[in-house]
Parts: sequence; structure tokens; C-alpha cells
Amino acid sequence: MSTVSDFLAMGGYAAFVWPAYGVAAIVLGGITVQSVLGYRARRRELDRLQAASGGERRRRQ
Amino acid sequence: MHRYANPTRFMRLSGAILPWSAAAAGLCLAAGLYLSLFVAPPDYQQGETVRIMFIHVPAAWMALFVYAGMAVASAVALIWRHPLADIAACEAAPIGAAFTLVCLVTGSLWGKPMWGTWWVWDARLTSVLVLFFLYLGYLALVHAFDDPTRGARAGAILALVGVVNLPIIKFSVDWWNTLHQPASITKFGKPSIDPSMLVPLLVMAVAFTLLYVALLLVRMRAAIIERKLRALRFGAAAAVEIDSFAAPGRPAAPARPAS
Repeated sequence: MSTVSDFLAMGGYAAFVWPAYGVAAIVLGGITVQSVLGYRARRRELDRLQAASGGERRRRQ
Repeated sequence: MHRYANPTRFMRLSGAILPWSAAAAGLCLAAGLYLSLFVAPPDYQQGETVRIMFIHVPAAWMALFVYAGMAVASAVALIWRHPLADIAACEAAPIGAAFTLVCLVTGSLWGKPMWGTWWVWDARLTSVLVLFFLYLGYLALVHAFDDPTRGARAGAILALVGVVNLPIIKFSVDWWNTLHQPASITKFGKPSIDPSMLVPLLVMAVAFTLLYVALLLVRMRAAIIERKLRALRFGAAAAVEIDSFAAPGRPAAPARPAS
């Protein structure tokens, strides 16, 4: 158990190391989630519009 | 190059590349985090704070690399009117801004215990902050126009003017002898850091690059669909307008969107 707490303590620099990794995770994770959700919403909207316009246009990709 | 300018071909190609780049980014990120947090030894001077460097330095590289790519795309868009270049530049900007923000915040978190201050108006720090504002200013400018083509054109000019900041960032540590230390890794000559730290750094850099590729492809695909949606809505609106003038009893022509 002491190895885990040693690891988390980061040699006394836990207050700087973990926030740095946390910020990177939040910012890069955030832009990833935002990009994927934005893509999915538009994809759904396009499918909906194409289905509504008679469906003569097939999905091409 | 115009072979790849066709959005339909781009959608097919990017759809094939995307899962691989995303999977490779995930694997490299996992390997990089493992190496950075568990394998790399603490530095003899920096102690455990050296682990911040495994995020900070690759993020800084990406901040410059993404901006350079954005500037090239902007030049291509201005000169050849390449239809995908505008989209590439516009969609790279938020990713570049994210990497720059990570670079600034992690640098600050490293600076406090190591330099004794969160921030100084050192040449390197200031020029990277300017880069962050260039990304934000570019995004604000591109989206300030009702006509996306005009917005992209204005943004492309701003992106090209902002290129002057890249050499300033790169050489700031050599030109001005302020707080930020010079580069440890140079193309010529042996890097001055030990392989036990160099390897995690490079793995993280590869992971960030792959993440950038995957994000750029997703965002460009979304932007292309967005343009298609706009054309469809425009076509539908035009059809409704025609319908209201059409003689009663005649079936309305289906909306024919220009793809």
C-alpha cells in the first residue's frame, strides 16, 4: 500500500504533477468528445433530411 | 493534389483512415502514459515534476506544428482555392488551441515548484501566449462572417500573418536569455537527455500527433456534412418558395440539393 501512496505523492510534487495530467486529460478529452458528438449530430441530421427528401439519394459513404 | 480535393473522395479516404489513426492514438497514449508515469525515473534536479514535461513538451510541439499546418492550408486555400483547404485550416484551429492551452497550463504547473513562479513575461512564455490568442482570434474572425467563404478568406490571411510568431517562439530561448531553458532535443547532434526520458517523450509526441490526425479527420468530416446540410436546407427552402408560386394541383418538384 505504501508504494501506491508513494506513487500518488509524486515525491512531494503531487499538487503540481496530477493537476497537469488532469488538465491535459480534460482539455484533450473535452475536444475529442466535442468533435465526436458534433460529427454524430450532423450525421444524424443528414440521414434524417435525406430520408425526408424521398430517399432517392442513398448514403454514399 | 486536386485528386483529393473532391469531398466525396475525401469522405471515403478519411473514413478508411480514421479508425486506424484513432486506435493507434489510443495505444500510443496508453503506452506513453505508462512510460511517463511508471517507467521514467525522477530527474536528479526536477524530481518527479519531470513527468509534467512528458505532456508539456509534446503539447508545445503540437501547438507549433498545428499552426504551421494551418498556415500551409490557408496558403493553399488562398492560392489554389482548394475546397478542402479552408475546412482543414478552420478545423485544425480548435485542436491547436487545445494543445497550446495544455502547454501553457502544464508549463505553469511546472514553473511554480521549479522556477518559483506560475508565470513570468519571459520571451518564450509570452510568444506562446500570443500563439494561443492567434488561435482564438482566428476562430473568432472565421465565424464572424455570415458568408463562410469570406470568413475563411479573412481567417487565412490572419493565419499567414501570424506565421511570423513561429520563428519567434522557436528562437526566443536563444535570442533572449530569460527564464525558459533552451531546447534539449535538436535535430543535429545528440539530444542532451537520457533515453529513459527521451523515449516516453517521443512516444507521447507520436500519440499527440496521431490524436491530432484523428481529431482533424473527424472535424473535417463533420464540416463537410455541415456544408451538405446547408445546401440541403437551402435547396428545401428554395423548393418551398417555388411551391408557393406553383400552380395549384401540380406536384412540387423534389428538392434537388447541389452536393
